Amino acid sequence: MGAIVSPVRRATMGEFAGMVLAGGAVLPLVLIAALTEDSGYAFHVTLAIAAALGSLILIANRLFQPGQVPAPQEIDGRPNYNMEPVKFATIAAMFWGIAGFSVGLIIALQLAFPVLNFDLPWINFGRLRPLHTSAVIFAFGGNVLLGTSFYVVQRTCRARLAGDIAPWFVILGYNFFIVIAGTGYLLGISQGKEYAEPEWYADLWLTIVWVVYLLVFLLTLAKRKEPHIYVANWFYLAFILTIAVLHIGNNLALPVSVLSPKSYILWSGVQDAMFQWWYGHNAVGFFLTAGFLAIMYYFVPKRAGRPVYSYRLSIIHFWALIFLYIWAGPHHLHYTALPDWAQTLGMTFSIMLWMPSWGGMINGLMTLSGAWDKLRTDPVLRMMVVSLAFYGMSTFEGPLMSIKAVNSLSHYTDWTIGHVHSGALGWVAYISFGAIYCLVPWLWNRKELYSLKLVSWHFWISTLGIVFYISAMWVSGILQGLMWRAYTPLGFLEYSFIETVAAMHPFYAIRALGGALFLTGALIMVFNLWMTVRSGTPESAQDSAPLQPSLVPAE
Amino acid sequence: MAQHQVHHEVDAHTGVPTTGHEWDGIRELNTPLPRWWLGIFYATIVWSVGYWVVYPAWPLITGATQGVIGYASRIEIAKDLALLQQHRATQSSGLAEASLAQIKADPSLFRIAMAQGKAAFGDNCAACHGVGGAGSKGYPNLNDDDWLWGGTLDQIHLTLQHGVRVAGNNDTRVSQMPAFGKDGLLKPAEIRAVANHVRELAGLPTEASADLTKGRELFATNCAACHGDAGKGNKELGAPNLTDAISLYGMDLASLTETIANSRAGVMPAWGPRLDATTVKALTIYVHSLGGGQ
Repeated sequence: MGAIVSPVRRATMGEFAGMVLAGGAVLPLVLIAALTEDSGYAFHVTLAIAAALGSLILIANRLFQPGQVPAPQEIDGRPNYNMEPVKFATIAAMFWGIAGFSVGLIIALQLAFPVLNFDLPWINFGRLRPLHTSAVIFAFGGNVLLGTSFYVVQRTCRARLAGDIAPWFVILGYNFFIVIAGTGYLLGISQGKEYAEPEWYADLWLTIVWVVYLLVFLLTLAKRKEPHIYVANWFYLAFILTIAVLHIGNNLALPVSVLSPKSYILWSGVQDAMFQWWYGHNAVGFFLTAGFLAIMYYFVPKRAGRPVYSYRLSIIHFWALIFLYIWAGPHHLHYTALPDWAQTLGMTFSIMLWMPSWGGMINGLMTLSGAWDKLRTDPVLRMMVVSLAFYGMSTFEGPLMSIKAVNSLSHYTDWTIGHVHSGALGWVAYISFGAIYCLVPWLWNRKELYSLKLVSWHFWISTLGIVFYISAMWVSGILQGLMWRAYTPLGFLEYSFIETVAAMHPFYAIRALGGALFLTGALIMVFNLWMTVRSGTPESAQDSAPLQPSLVPAE
Repeated sequence: MAQHQVHHEVDAHTGVPTTGHEWDGIRELNTPLPRWWLGIFYATIVWSVGYWVVYPAWPLITGATQGVIGYASRIEIAKDLALLQQHRATQSSGLAEASLAQIKADPSLFRIAMAQGKAAFGDNCAACHGVGGAGSKGYPNLNDDDWLWGGTLDQIHLTLQHGVRVAGNNDTRVSQMPAFGKDGLLKPAEIRAVANHVRELAGLPTEASADLTKGRELFATNCAACHGDAGKGNKELGAPNLTDAISLYGMDLASLTETIANSRAGVMPAWGPRLDATTVKALTIYVHSLGGGQ
């Protein structure tokens, strides 16, 4: 010491790349913002300029900070885990979750009481509906997947996340994509493809973020200290890799110009429809199933304190699921212009998918063998077990609905909506809630949750909500399907379309009630987590041993 | 990690050995696949293979395997439609040949026409006129006996066949009330006077400050040619009766002012080119039954 040292250290490769990317983007973005005639697009480009400048400031600030950079891989022989991005993703997940559930409640009420559209373009059902689906699937679900995958891959590899600022780029970049997508819908910017509504520039950005995500994940796996890769990581990797392929395939669009938010997809007609549902169904398969099965494979055995039921089942059902799922998309296009052979394949592969899907449920539920008594005392575990029950139910219902004869009744009706929500609320949200209830005390070094009683309240209120929701949609969907196909003895349609719409009203009101209960439960959860972080007693050093080292560098 | 020692510990609760690995405290049992699970999985595969043999399934270089029973969804739907047409034809063979008056007079034909008309009305007309034909502002009520273009069977049939103000249809119903305000024919004060006079004709209260004399004069020179001196209207010209309580766009002062200033000119599609002749006939009978007559 003693020598005069420059306060600025050399930038790491990640910091350098970040500064080049952000710095290089500013001028072109300013030009686009100045020249475009589309105000919504100009708004988005302005947000991008702000994000680029913000990144530059954050990185520059980092260069002045003391401390060892890049952070050491190990401290005292124990892995120096990078948990700050996981914390951010956990908070973001709860924020977007509440936003997404609230918008869901609003559009449920709009369907029951159309006057709530208020004749305002920004909040009409057509714009809010994709806001709801994207917020719950990609914003809530996506942050849960990003956060838990970064947590699980570190803990099961006993290695610090690869990359210096790359994990932060993934988390912040992904959430920036969410903001662009969501505000775009409200401003009327959409390419009109279900679950793939964001326009070309948002898609390009997501592609960059996703490739970095894949690299961070792969490089962390590569430097693992465990001889084998844990099953949860297979599922995460399948999810990350396949979503990349699906996202690129379904968004091969040509922008009208760099100054326009509008683009046109390369495919047309039935080919576009086939691409769309190849994407759409595998968003269910690889985002909402494979990704959340990965969560299940870590958090259920961890919480139950029991070994995973069957390694053999995990390996067989993993490969069967991955191979079969990718074929199932055409069942969304039964009785359309799609050729019959494609419809057949879509249906039969969905049927064959039944058992591979159930493999995950069996492995999760049977892991509790020897620990069933914990369900009485641990509402968090109860939530995860019920999520597996809903998973089993909706992965049976899915193949059933893919059968053409059943589909001819169920397609285009509320039955589909009910099916999606038994999976989304029952499976995806519940396993996420379970994981977050586990994660928050671990991440913030708290001994336990603020209140298990409140978890119980959350569980019962939202379960009641789910039951209201899906039973209302089953009844309304089947009623709707039967009314559409009803003929009089003289051979004429019994009901006009508008009569079938009017018949749905009571069920739409019940559905909204179910949504309100589900949202109430989630708000209780937010309160509980907030209190856990704010007022929970920090864990003693000894207890933290199996959890995470207390030495985590501030970022 | 070159020499990883594998411990095949046995789980005390189940008696099943583990795989010997451990990640962050998690172990895995080496339980064999559940037999029922494997059995059902194989069964779904066998069933699928069978289905591929029977139905069109696998793409080839050109086309695809067609299946052994010759199934095609296009053939199926054609069969279904043919069956439906056949069923309807046996029920309603007379509908195509019979005139509107004959259908009205024959109870069995009338019953069939009403059934078909109700179904067609629900799918094509209810969106504007309402399920019960009660209409709303801008969309005529079909239940009353106030008809803009005439309420006899033949008049309704013509309106349905050719629509109202359909561009390119020579027989369509056309009337063109001038937009007196927009086209500068009347000044705002004059429009207000005329609007008050129209309310006077309908027996509705007028504004105390209204110049009714001026309104009457302006009505006579600008409106009476079509609506008649007394405002009783003229169905030949599609000019509505202004003296009854029934009004398409509202008889309140604001609505009347809007109508006189900008004109309205609502449209209805021509159903002749969209629906088959029998359906249009059935619709005529059905709509006539709602409030026809005049």
